[in-house]
Amino acid sequence: MTTTDVHAGPRDPFELTPAPQTDIADGPQWILKDSWTEATRHLHAIPRNPELLIFATIQPIMFIVLFVYVFQGSVQTPIDYVQYVIPGIFAQTVLFNSAFTGVGVADDLSKGIIDRLRSLPMHQGSVLIGRTLSDVVRNVLTFVVMLVVAFAVGFRFEGTLLAALAATGLMFIFSYAFSWIAALIGLSVGSVEAANSAGFIWMFPLTFVSSAFVDPANMTGWLQPIAEHNPFSILTDACRALYNGYDPGNDAWIALAWAGGITIVFARLATRKFARSTSA
Amino acid sequence: MSTSAQGLASRVSGAAVIADDLYKSFGETKALAGVSFEVQRGTVLGLLGPNGAGKTTAVRVLTTLVRPESGRAFIDGIDVLAEPTKAKARIGLTGQYAAVDERLTGLENLEHVGRLYHLPISTAKERGRELLERFDLVDASDRVVKGYSGGMRRRLDIAMSLIAKPSVLMLDEPTTGLDPRSRLAVWDLIEELGRGGTTTLLTTQYLDEADRLADDVVVVDHGRVIATGTPQVLKQQVGGDRIEITFADPCDADRVVEALREQACGEVLVLDERRRVIVPVFEVQGMVPEAVRRLDRSEIPFNDVVARESTLDDVFFALTGHGASENGASADAESESEPEPEPEKVAS
Repeated sequence: MTTTDVHAGPRDPFELTPAPQTDIADGPQWILKDSWTEATRHLHAIPRNPELLIFATIQPIMFIVLFVYVFQGSVQTPIDYVQYVIPGIFAQTVLFNSAFTGVGVADDLSKGIIDRLRSLPMHQGSVLIGRTLSDVVRNVLTFVVMLVVAFAVGFRFEGTLLAALAATGLMFIFSYAFSWIAALIGLSVGSVEAANSAGFIWMFPLTFVSSAFVDPANMTGWLQPIAEHNPFSILTDACRALYNGYDPGNDAWIALAWAGGITIVFARLATRKFARSTSA
Repeated sequence: MSTSAQGLASRVSGAAVIADDLYKSFGETKALAGVSFEVQRGTVLGLLGPNGAGKTTAVRVLTTLVRPESGRAFIDGIDVLAEPTKAKARIGLTGQYAAVDERLTGLENLEHVGRLYHLPISTAKERGRELLERFDLVDASDRVVKGYSGGMRRRLDIAMSLIAKPSVLMLDEPTTGLDPRSRLAVWDLIEELGRGGTTTLLTTQYLDEADRLADDVVVVDHGRVIATGTPQVLKQQVGGDRIEITFADPCDADRVVEALREQACGEVLVLDERRRVIVPVFEVQGMVPEAVRRLDRSEIPFNDVVARESTLDDVFFALTGHGASENGASADAESESEPEPEPEKVAS
């Protein structure tokens, strides 16, 4: 035992050694480990708050049941309505779930947890990386429930399993990009309530003025070009093609490019915002 | 470590924390307008001031959360602005809110912060258990924090900031929002840490808190340091305990002062359009009946004679000529000022 070793000696937590500590490591190499540590914080919480997961699945289940049984007879679509609308509901639900990232970030901010994390010698980018990645896990869990319900109402993968996996993966990549927008919103509004409304409200026009639920060709004239160029339409079209076994053409690549672009821009903005965020 | 920082560190080896001429504005508000202070190693410094005085901003600069417009800050001689991560490895921060994750258990919270300090997981766990024991939270260690009381959360919060044996502990208003019993428990804890030699920077709005816990006090107001000294010196400046006499007729003021002058241990003040007189005393005990007797003997009519202990308001009155509550910068005043002890009324 030497007097310079700060962790040696009697383990009395009150005997806090004032000598400089040399064994606390830091640096960019910690990004993976710190992101994982932060992700586990959120993953621990999932089984402890099953009600959150249950509520997150109720809405998509309701959407599947309502759209399929209420609109089926009256909506004109190029293919069978169940096969048409369910990829749209999938895409919408997976995208909506990205907003929970903003709610979680706002919660951490308002409780002072972000202040504490920012005062730690950890890799600072890890807080948001850990958060967005753990939210993907939660999103996958709700998706599995939704998939079971979709099969129950008659939805089938008409293409290969690989194509279906590609469609699903594409939705999650797209949603991951949007979780960075949500993180920026959460850090900007700073309260859970505001993050809840600000995070979701703009997603309604984004997902409804699109090809997710109806064929844009049947929309009012001025809405048609908006719906057709909406990146969410491109995502839905690509996923619908892959789930139904026809060629998505360039849509999958365009959707992927949108996701990549949004991730690059908003991850940077959110990280920069994080570096200046303190609780009120 | 840069050579200049090293040089400075060796010159001021007694100070674990140095804030040097810090400036920071938020829009029109000058949160810090040239704040300087030092925390000597192994001591507790109380940063005392009303809401909006700049206490929290000072702590946030020292913990790298806020970048000052100018000025320098050092932790253990490490330049906080130049080497923030290195500085962060030396500090433990307990902010204004108990920053605990209520979805995790007490032990998980400690372990999590330990891992983010990059302690080996076994060390984080071991120290986590020790701290839970020391902070009287063993029974709750495996319970989810959601069910903890406010006092338990605060204790866990402080424990979390100690997990990596920081050389400086920063406590930003650690008892604000706590009930009186939890407040006393947190005081005991901080006192014990102080006796153990933990270098601590403590911000508070409460004079009694600074009085009890701090070795030295720095009083801030409007982003400036307006006084420094030990709590004893500060209280002497303020006058400490006193009795207050209120009466209806301003013409009686001089007679009241005359009647009570012998009781005073300092300058007698006449306030409130000459309807209130404040008599500083060394010891409140017995002073109120004595004052009543003297006023009766001089046949001066009065409304009230009360004994009072000095409050933050008095410190501010003595130092600045205005009270802490009329500080102007109280836009973020979410916590009301110290509930004053019920004045002991003897006559009306």
